[in-house]
Amino acid sequence: MPQADIETAKQVCARHDHRADALIEILHDVQSRHRCVSDDAARVIAHELNISRAEIQGVRSFYADFTTEPRDPNRLRLCRAEACQSVGADGLAAALDKAGIAHEAVYCLGNCALGPAALIGDRLIGRASVDVLAAAMTKAHSDD
Amino acid sequence: MTEPLTLYLPRDAAARSVGADVVAERLQAIAQQRGIPLTLVRTGSRGMMWLEPLVEIERGGVRHGFGPVDGGDVEALFDQEFADSHSLALGPVEALDWMQAQTRLLYRRCGVIDPLDLDAFEEAGGLAGLRAALAQTSAATIEAVTASGLRGRGGAGFPAGIKWKTAAEAPGAQKYICCNADEGDSGTFADRMLIEGDPGLLIEGMVIAGLAVGATQGLIYLRSEYPDAIATLRATISAWETRGWLGDDILGSGKSFRLTLRRGAGSYVCGEESAMLESLEGKRGEVRVKPPIPAISGLFGKPTIVNNVLTLASVPDILANGAAAYQALGNERSRGTQAFQLAGNINRGGLFEAPFGLSLRELIETHGGGTRSGRPIRAVQVGGPLGAYLPASMLDLPLEYEAFAAAGAMLGHGGIVVFDDTVDMARQAEFAMEFCAEESCGKCTPCRIGSVRGAETLAKVRRGEDVEANIALVEELCTLLTDGSLCAMGGLTPMPVMSALRHFREDFQSKPLQVDERVVD
Repeated sequence: MPQADIETAKQVCARHDHRADALIEILHDVQSRHRCVSDDAARVIAHELNISRAEIQGVRSFYADFTTEPRDPNRLRLCRAEACQSVGADGLAAALDKAGIAHEAVYCLGNCALGPAALIGDRLIGRASVDVLAAAMTKAHSDD
Repeated sequence: MTEPLTLYLPRDAAARSVGADVVAERLQAIAQQRGIPLTLVRTGSRGMMWLEPLVEIERGGVRHGFGPVDGGDVEALFDQEFADSHSLALGPVEALDWMQAQTRLLYRRCGVIDPLDLDAFEEAGGLAGLRAALAQTSAATIEAVTASGLRGRGGAGFPAGIKWKTAAEAPGAQKYICCNADEGDSGTFADRMLIEGDPGLLIEGMVIAGLAVGATQGLIYLRSEYPDAIATLRATISAWETRGWLGDDILGSGKSFRLTLRRGAGSYVCGEESAMLESLEGKRGEVRVKPPIPAISGLFGKPTIVNNVLTLASVPDILANGAAAYQALGNERSRGTQAFQLAGNINRGGLFEAPFGLSLRELIETHGGGTRSGRPIRAVQVGGPLGAYLPASMLDLPLEYEAFAAAGAMLGHGGIVVFDDTVDMARQAEFAMEFCAEESCGKCTPCRIGSVRGAETLAKVRRGEDVEANIALVEELCTLLTDGSLCAMGGLTPMPVMSALRHFREDFQSKPLQVDERVVD
């Protein structure tokens, strides 16, 4: 792991006073900087917080927000929960597949009266359609 | 018109999701072009989602609305000087039927003020409850909450006063107030809207809770799927600390309360209070065995109050206006107001705060205007993914805890999801099992494995394989899940499944298979 990344992970732990109960906040910060929580990062965190790598692996694997491999923070997450299902989220998912637009399932974005809903990065989209999402994806990746 | 102009537009995520920021840019741009000094106040949402983005202007102390506005409408709005004759004009916002029919206590300031403007918050009644709490004993505060009849708004409906009294009397110097803002139920956004529109109300409620039970630390567990709410709450907590409304000397009282925001990480089960506590301790969100209850042994084993956002947000009003006023709303054991959320395939969806007791039909048809698709209503799921699916014939059910329980359904956090007649209820039952399998914490075998088998078996039913035998198996599995689960997720997954079987059996019957669909054993 590059020394700079080791330093980043250590700084993140220090910012949270090396508290083991702040592990999820620490993993969020590392995930957003490196687009993942690698095994190397986990090793550093374990050392800084004085907990085991197994405990970190347990937490990393439990929560959907954390990955071991880099994942695009501006990937398309489509809500597949009941309120969005009622306005055609499943059909929209199939249409996205047909249009070659990759998407991931998320369960509820709190936009239940303006579905189908989607999230790209921190940007919430309501009344989604293939066109709306394609445009939003282009915008999100051109701003990169 | 080159006089200074003040306009109001939500910053709420739902409004932004349908273009509020584009409208904001256009408003600023056109105002600048025309030399009009514009103050654009970004507020929470009024909760009338079909009207977002909703632009408001104040005339003679009354807010007049225009919506739904998109970027292309802005020029004409300026041309017509935001007159009530404009085609998008709604007139006085608070006189609209949807608003008039409500009793807005929790959402009184939502959509009215800028949530980050602490002066506006105070002028509009903020801190009145906290000041009352600081002027009386903690026992008096607990007595007021108990007398009000306030029940938890997360879904379980447990009397808040009893919980607070238990924690107050539990031995120990360090206690905690934990706000459960992991609003994961589909069809719900009441917590999100309140956090984005009037976060001060929640914070005020938490400080009062801290004073009442002797807790100097509070934590808010807010799901990561709500990035805008996270940003707004962080900024508000920071502003309160700077103002001296949080910290070691609240409003000069010498009392202490510190608040920390903690993000969830994409786990539905962490909305269950004990899984949430595990998560706050930096662990996997596994459900704990109860007893001991959190009020006695919670976060780090210390006495902990876990309450939903709306429960805590109900407290300032009870302190400021007295328990009797709150208790007078609603009926029997369903006191106060509930924030119903009308969602899904609905014409006019959004936030509707009212006393318990109005019927589903009134909410969905009269206020909601029926389905968005225009097709007949076929099913309504109330209470989130673990709630029962009700057929159109049951729409006269009054929205209150007891009536719903008697009908084999559940109010939960007040989410109401409407489905039209294109819904396949066998697919919905299958999804209920799939969702449980996806989100199971893994502790209990009936939930961890039973949900997987339940989904597989329902898939067989949907393919027309051994339908009656497989339905019987699903029913047996449901009994096992109900009896053998430690928490409500495994325990209530049978509710949507069994309600689908009971009320929509026709969707599960064998359909004749095409030759190429038949499965070869």
